[in-house]
Parts: sequence; C-alpha cells; structure tokens
Amino acid sequence: MNVMDTRATSSLLYLDGVHVSFDGFHAINNLSLTLEPGEMRAIIGPNGAGKTTMMDIITGKTKPDEGTVLFDGKTDLTRLDETRIAELGIGRKFQKPTVFESQSVEDNLLLALNVDHSVKGTLFWRGSKGEAEQIDRVLETVRLKDLRRKLAGSLSHGQKQWLEIGMLLAQDPKLLLVDEPVAGMTDVETHQTAELLKEINRDHTVMVVEHDMTFVRELGVKVTCLHEGTVLAEGTIDQVSSNDRVIEVYLGR
Amino acid sequence: MPHMLTRSLDRGASIFLLVVAACGILIPLSNLLLPAGSALQVPTYLVALWGKYVCYAILALSIDLIWGYCGILSLGHGAFFALGGYAMGMYLMRQIGSRGVYGNPILPDFMVFLNYSKLPWYWHGFDMFWFAALMVLVVPGLLAFGFGWLAFRSRVTGVYLSIITQAMTYALLLAFFRNDFGFGGNNGLTDFKDILGFNVQAEGTRAALFALSCLALILAFLICRAVVSSKLGKVLIAIRDAESRTRFLGYRVESYKLFVFTLSACMAGVAGALYVPQVGIINPSEFAPGNSIEAVIWVAVGGRGTLVGAALGAVVVNYAKTFFTSGVLAPYWLFMLGALFVLVTLLLPKGIIGTFNAWWDQLGATKPNADSAAREDGVTEPKMAE
Repeated sequence: MNVMDTRATSSLLYLDGVHVSFDGFHAINNLSLTLEPGEMRAIIGPNGAGKTTMMDIITGKTKPDEGTVLFDGKTDLTRLDETRIAELGIGRKFQKPTVFESQSVEDNLLLALNVDHSVKGTLFWRGSKGEAEQIDRVLETVRLKDLRRKLAGSLSHGQKQWLEIGMLLAQDPKLLLVDEPVAGMTDVETHQTAELLKEINRDHTVMVVEHDMTFVRELGVKVTCLHEGTVLAEGTIDQVSSNDRVIEVYLGR
Repeated sequence: MPHMLTRSLDRGASIFLLVVAACGILIPLSNLLLPAGSALQVPTYLVALWGKYVCYAILALSIDLIWGYCGILSLGHGAFFALGGYAMGMYLMRQIGSRGVYGNPILPDFMVFLNYSKLPWYWHGFDMFWFAALMVLVVPGLLAFGFGWLAFRSRVTGVYLSIITQAMTYALLLAFFRNDFGFGGNNGLTDFKDILGFNVQAEGTRAALFALSCLALILAFLICRAVVSSKLGKVLIAIRDAESRTRFLGYRVESYKLFVFTLSACMAGVAGALYVPQVGIINPSEFAPGNSIEAVIWVAVGGRGTLVGAALGAVVVNYAKTFFTSGVLAPYWLFMLGALFVLVTLLLPKGIIGTFNAWWDQLGATKPNADSAAREDGVTEPKMAE
C-alpha cells in the first residue's frame, strides 16, 4: 500500500480524462480539472454543460466510464460509494435545497456533525458540550440562531439554502461542493451568501457551481467554464467572459 | 438507559402506558376474582379477544417503527408475525406429547397422519420453552436480516420494496401450505394442550397471557420510543425524508434500515408468539398478503409516525372488524376496510393521533408562553405521499 500513499499530485481534487455517457449522450467528455488545497473555484457553463454530473462523479453518485478522479492526491474516488466519500471529507450542497424538513434547524445541524455515524454510535449518542458549541458557532455563521428550534420545512427558500450551507460547515469537510447556492435568492441574500462563502473559504476548499454572473464576479475567484462536458476556458472572470468561445456558447453565434 | 427513557416520555406516551398497564392488571383481575355474570366481570371470551388486539397492537408498533419513522413500507410484515407464531406453535405441539389422537409421544398428530417416521431436524429443541422463545426472535430476525441485507444494499426502495415484501410473505404462504414442508400443511398447528405446564384453555392461563401481552406491548413501546427519540431516530427520519441527502452526510443508510427492519421483525415475531396460544391455532393463512396490508391500514388509521397511534389504530380497526363481521354487515367488511383506508388517506392523512397532535399543537401555539419544545418529543408527522 506504500505506492498508494505517495501522492500523485499536490492537488486536493484531480480529475483527468473523465468520460461519462448516458445512453450514448456524452455528459462528460475528456474532462480534466484540478483544485488546489484552500482554493475556491467557480464553475460556470450553460445548461447541460455537465456541471451537476461532475459533482455526481466526485461524490460517488455517478461512476465515470473512464478517467481518473483523485482526492487528496491518493484516494481514487471512482471506487468508493457516497457514504465513504462523505466520510473522507467531501460535502455537497444540492441545487435544490435539501434539508430535513420535518426536523428542527438545530437537529439538521446535529445530523450533519462530523461525528460517529455508526448505528451503535447514534443509538447510544449523548450530546456533548463540544457538539453544542459547534452547532452554536454554525448557527451564528449562517445567521439562523433565532430560528434554531423552528422546523426546517418552515424556513424561507433563502434560509433553507443557508441551513444547507450550515450543514456543510457542521460536516466540516475538506472540500465543499456547492451547487447553485443563490438560485432563487434576493439580491441582498445573494450578497450575503457571497460573503458567507468567502468566510467559509478561509479554512475550506470550495467548488461553487453558479449561473449568476454578478455573484461569481463578487466571489472574485478563478473561474472554469464548462461546455458539453469539457473545460472551455479557465481564468479570472474577466478573462473567461471575454473569451470568444465562451461568448459564442452563451450567446449563440 | 434511564436517560434514554426519561427523554422519550411525553404526556401522550405516559397516558398510553398507564392505560395499557391498567388494562393488563384490571382485566385479568376482574375476570378471575369477580363472580361470573357480575356487571364488572370481564368474560373469558373477551379476555382472549382483547388479548388478540394487544398482539395486533405490537405488530402495528413494529410496522410504525419502520414505515412511520424510516419510510420502509413493508407489505409483508405478517410473515414475521406468523413465523413467531409458528415457533410458539411448534413448542405447543411438542407439549401435547402422547395426549394426541394417535398417542405418539414424539410426533405431532399431523406427522403420524402423513406417515413421518421421525421428527424433522428443524423440530428438534422445540420441546424446550427457552429454545422456542429464542426462535421466536431469531427466525423472524434472521429472515429480516437476510432479506434486508439484499434489498437495502441493492437500494431497493419505495413501491418496489413493498412489492418484494408481498412476494416474500406469499412465497412463505405457499411453502407452509405444503404438507411435506413439515408444518402441518393447510391445517397448521392446533389442538394445543399446555404452555409451561398450564392448560392453555384455563381461565387463569388466558388471564396471564393477556397480562403478558400487555407487558410485551409496554416493552415494545418503550423500545420503540427509546429508538426514535435517540439520535438514531433523527437519522431514521432523515432517511425517510431525504435518503440520498443522508447518505451524502456520511451515514450508511443501508445499515440503519437493516437495524430497524430486523428489530421490527423481532417485535412482530413476539406479537405472533403471544397471539398463537390465545387464539389456539396457527395456519398458513396468517401469511396471506391481505393480513399484512390490513396491518398497514391500522397504522395509517391510527397515525403513522406516532407509535401510540399505531397501537390505537390496531385496536380500533380490529374492534370494528369484530363488530361488523359478527352482524348482518359481515359480507361488506372488506369494502368498509377499503373505504376506511381511502377516507383516512383523504381526510385524515396524519391519522387519528397525528391529527389530534396537530390540533393540540395549534391550541398550544395560540396560548402565550407556548414553546416549540413540544416538538422535541421526536414525534413528527410524515407526509403521506411517497
């Protein structure tokens, strides 16, 4: 196993030559992408560019037909299932906010905490002070402290998005995958979310998929534009948005 | 453990436990101590009938634990109930000894009739109560574990899982109907004489069985409450509401389902084991898919995901069944049951207890000082729609 311990790359996430097709449709086509530790990356691209499929591959929901997907330079993610990958430290926020609606805000965070996830561990679980403090901190960060006892299902759309980001924070993963965090948010909420992600990025590596260009601009990070399952352009938002091929893809010819 | 118990007891649960305990003590006492014919004396036939309801209530609890809290709709839970019943039935058959029609000291009557030369290997040990009692838990538990291991690992969920649970109980129904399967074919096991040396027909035994059934219901309820009010219970609800989200948080969903499904099957087995000596017979019809569906209806009527509701639903629907099937309306009972299910789904999607809880909460919310702490009891109403 010594060979596996040596890092193939310094990147936290390393995708190389990844292919996936569904019934002959090439959703991901020779996709190569790397993410450095501590980085925040924005992924843009038109509908059907393969953004969500890429997240499915990283989190183990979809298995690629070919290609390499390495986490932390040594772990082959294509061989693991969702639970294992989550345990390794990859957290995911879905496009549609998915919180546990019939449970309270704090219970949602409690469930997300990165503690013993075994049947035995949860059956005999007793809350600790450390856990309570961590939940308090997250509630503070995502501005939901006053709503902690509310049922998650009764939150507004924007609050649910934040709760889900809060769940990611409670999970404390090495890599956060955030799928369209500001969809359906007001301008103020969008701005606050950008601030929140920047704050999170201080000690987490983050990958954000988003359509909203104002939001991506506000994040001020390196941007990757996907098109038809492959990388079309990479660079600052200005570089990418002035790229002729990107303009062509977004606006048509 | 004391911590787990106190946390899990709210007012509804306490009332429920008190009522069951009172029934378990007062009904047998009234039956045994008061003179027959007195207004307050519970006749023996009623003790046996109500004992049957209590066993059904345990079965309903076991279904609510997996369906109400984890979203696993088993339409074959009657199979685990029947297996527990058969395990107890085998013990009772072995107790008959040479008092059977054919007087064979080892072989039960049906085996003599079917020309068995010796006892099949799987009948060995059932002459000992402790072994039979163990099998009451082990056989349903093992089947549920094996079945669940295959089904949950392959991520069979929703209606597909319901269909294969139906297939499972139907397969067992067909197997137990066969004479060469060694369980008495379509006649099943009956003509019981003794249980632990006491005559199963005797008033005292019946009263004791009733009290034991109530005790089992209390224990089953406490176990269910402890499970659903632990953090594991929150994980179960999370799986019910958003299974893949739970998986992405790092929970091994199939292990949770397997645990709760196996626990539930063991509980159903105990219910079956207590049922058989009280009704005096176990036959393959207990495996009929319709029985399992009926049990799910009890839970829906009483209130899915409330535990108390499941037990209440079992008693209410079965009381109605006894009432209607003994009168002129008997041929229409199945239509009534179907109509009941449709009506409850349309008008009371949360069931009796779920609707009552929602109403009670609303009442509390209009009062000042009402805290949302009421929601901390771990009782949540699931959405009916899958």
